[in-house]
Amino acid sequence: MKAAGEKGWRNDAHAKVTGRTKYTDDLKFARLLHAAPVYCDFVHARILRVVTEEAARAPGVVRVLTAKDVPGSNRFGQIIRDYRIFADDKVRYNGDVVAMVVAETRDLAIRASALVRVEAEVLPAVLDPEEALLPGAPLVHESHGSNLVNTHRIRRGNVDEGFRRADFVVEEHFRTQSVEHAYMEPEVAVCAPRADGVIEVFGSMQHPFSTRRFVAACLGVPLSEVEVVGTPMGGGFGGKDDTAAIVCARAALAAKLLGQPVKLMYRRDWSIRESYKRHPYRVAYKMGVGSDGRITAVQCRIVADGGAYCSVTPWVTWRSTVQCCGPYVVENVHCDTLGVYTNNVVAGAMRGFGSPQMNFVVEQVVEMAAARLGITGVEFRRRNMVRQGSVTITGQTLDSHKVAMGEVLDAVLAETGYEEKLARCSHGRADGDELYGVGLAMSYRGVSLGAEGVDFCAAVINVQPDGSILLEVGIHENGQGAESAMSILAAEELGVDVGRIRYRRASTSTVPDSGTTVASRGTIMGGGAVTLAARELKRRMAEAVCGRLQCLAGAVRFEGGALLDPAGHRRVSFDEAIALMFATQHFPHVVGVFRAPKTTWDEHTGHGDAYFTWVYGCQAVELTVNKKTGRVRLLGAAAAHDVGRAVNPEMVRGQFFGGMAMATGYALHEEVRSKDGRITNPNLNTYRIPRSTDLPEMRAIIVENRDPHSPCGAKALGEPTNEILAPAIANAVFNATGRRQFSLPIKLSALPDEIAEEDCRL
Amino acid sequence: MRLNINGRDLEVSDSVGEKKLITFLREDLDLTGAKNACDIGACGACTILVDDEPVKICIKRVKDVAGHRVLTIEGMAAPDGTLHPLQQAFVDRGAIQCGFCTPGMVLVAHAFLLKQPHPTRDEIRKAIHGNLCRCTGYQQIIDAIEEAAAHYRGAPAPAQEARL
Ligand code: FES
Ligand code: FES
Repeated sequence: MKAAGEKGWRNDAHAKVTGRTKYTDDLKFARLLHAAPVYCDFVHARILRVVTEEAARAPGVVRVLTAKDVPGSNRFGQIIRDYRIFADDKVRYNGDVVAMVVAETRDLAIRASALVRVEAEVLPAVLDPEEALLPGAPLVHESHGSNLVNTHRIRRGNVDEGFRRADFVVEEHFRTQSVEHAYMEPEVAVCAPRADGVIEVFGSMQHPFSTRRFVAACLGVPLSEVEVVGTPMGGGFGGKDDTAAIVCARAALAAKLLGQPVKLMYRRDWSIRESYKRHPYRVAYKMGVGSDGRITAVQCRIVADGGAYCSVTPWVTWRSTVQCCGPYVVENVHCDTLGVYTNNVVAGAMRGFGSPQMNFVVEQVVEMAAARLGITGVEFRRRNMVRQGSVTITGQTLDSHKVAMGEVLDAVLAETGYEEKLARCSHGRADGDELYGVGLAMSYRGVSLGAEGVDFCAAVINVQPDGSILLEVGIHENGQGAESAMSILAAEELGVDVGRIRYRRASTSTVPDSGTTVASRGTIMGGGAVTLAARELKRRMAEAVCGRLQCLAGAVRFEGGALLDPAGHRRVSFDEAIALMFATQHFPHVVGVFRAPKTTWDEHTGHGDAYFTWVYGCQAVELTVNKKTGRVRLLGAAAAHDVGRAVNPEMVRGQFFGGMAMATGYALHEEVRSKDGRITNPNLNTYRIPRSTDLPEMRAIIVENRDPHSPCGAKALGEPTNEILAPAIANAVFNATGRRQFSLPIKLSALPDEIAEEDCRL
Repeated sequence: MRLNINGRDLEVSDSVGEKKLITFLREDLDLTGAKNACDIGACGACTILVDDEPVKICIKRVKDVAGHRVLTIEGMAAPDGTLHPLQQAFVDRGAIQCGFCTPGMVLVAHAFLLKQPHPTRDEIRKAIHGNLCRCTGYQQIIDAIEEAAAHYRGAPAPAQEARL
């Protein structure tokens, strides 16, 4: 096994590269039954009757389940309990599941699912979030009283005064699209009843603890009767939270009722039809700028289409609100954010979590403002960006960590030769067919959940009598290499080789509920817990051997698999120390808990220390646009992010590239299209994620400023890398063509040879 | 009909010949390295090699490979677990995240390097363009393939050992 720090070390790489990793669908069970969900063609309808008799009589069918069969709660939700295990009163979007067929084979289940009929009264559907807010609009949830899911606001300073002081105002409207996570592994769960009555859940999910909560509530049993077992998963990107939990709950319900293991493996078209998406946004944005190039005021209205259920819309839109001015100091801010119910596909968590939409807006508006002033976007950003000690738009002083905004910007400029390339941009005029442009964007981002949730994580280190170590952490391996990073941190802190550590298959029955592995919180929260657990273990080990080392317990050093006195004269090996502890029944079993430092929030004014620390990132891209076809070709991209500390550098680079690739899809290719509320591109042939040939060579510039609030020094990475390449591409397209991009994905048709002046909106 | 999978001969009935190849490999032989991520031939997660050519097997029947040489990801490493140099390069270069695309990606790259052991990065990009990866942005996958190419020059490294 490779040691920590050796290139590419991952605890799961060998199994994955040999095809031996067992993902959920690869698991085998005796007497396994298969389930298939039943959809109906409605978009918004009142359900009168779900007719299952014919399906129940079909070959191989064991049972057809509907809402009536749910012994516990049919409703769930992390914020509002409006989501259904099976649609009961109404169909609220085209992905609602009304029933589930369980059969001897998957094919038979799928075949029978077509025989379930739904009798319903069709209701008018509301598919536009602005229309949903108008009086008299059809209500998605009558009991909620309106289609407004939530609001957030920021009231800072005096915007009227700010706009009066402005030399000019940039005012524009922007739209972003619905985007699918497109994890390569579709949703899947296998649930098996154990002899003692406990239901074991294996599934592809990011949130084993909330899955357990939902499964237990659905079955009407205590938490102890459901065990969610960590299973390798084929990608999540924020998308395997609510929907993944429902899939597990449905399979668990069938397993419980039938007393047999049941697998519910999603087809790609079901996955895209049913699973929640990144929110489409409409943003009206107005920025006032003074003659000195400083922003005097920002006013914005953000409308997020949350689709048919609440999911985490209030949290997603909260981040958009807190970060609505990008990484710039603005004294006067007036922001209104609205999360809205519609009959569209549900929107929820996706990598970025409300920031990609806002960055697409802000990072273009600053360039428009710069152009009005006759300075570069870089210069405009320098005049306005947050620095050490700056106060954010929510009143938080950035002094608890290194504010690295300028550092990442400088790194990208230097690495790419950006300013020299900027001078070569075509601005709509070129001799050949290819127009050339470079573009840049930057952001800051609050780390982890912030004031949106209670933020803590636990880790368990359990050293065995022979000195080998079992490690378990309350965060989840989504594919990003979390287990490896946790193992490396434990090994470093304990001064042992990482080969000594086994990451134990996680289970909700052994580690305390540590929340969900989202919000780029895995490394900082999990790593914090591991580091604290390791320190506690060291404290106990030092106490056990300080007599032998003839020094104070606090002075014992842990190095090279041994415990040493300060001078290094006397040593006790790690194994001996553990043996000594077992001999005296001082068991080396420790739990470490990292609690995020306090955050604050006033919902009324939008003031508070929203996040306990922030990360800083900057990305640039170089491209050409073909005048005749409008085709965009990316030539190169570079990114600099302050990650606090790169625990596993190859994996860190992987997060950079993966995030940038996904942002490329957001900018240029991806859009969940629908007609009358029905998705029309539900598979990977029509929903087009970036291919290798769509992407340029990418460069990753890792900036490390250890964070004092993070016990292991690391901060966050997964989402920052995904939130700024789209506006960088939009800016580059502008610099190439002279055309601003107000909606995503960017669609360019043929460009006329000479662009009319009025087209060159700045 | 006769199949040859990872160097081993196998006789199956005509009715098995009608089965979906991906189901047969995954369920009957427990060769679960090939993944089903789209079921319509659009993503490459199910790729195996048939006579050293990549084939997406979610849209194939067992009979389609009768009489041909089939290599799945399980046939790439040595029986003792020693990785093929191409697999080792994937590990070393951080080309693996969730790993769901990895088996297909390794096999496509293997087929490509057998034919073109002196590839440019652009050629590598084109060679893997039918295989989707949502995690890595392909950058480190391309690094890995580029690094492994040296092992295919002169005497190319075959898949190391036949086994089911
Ligand atoms: S599963 Fe065969 S190509 Fe996607
Ligand atoms: S590593 Fe996850 S899809 Fe490629």
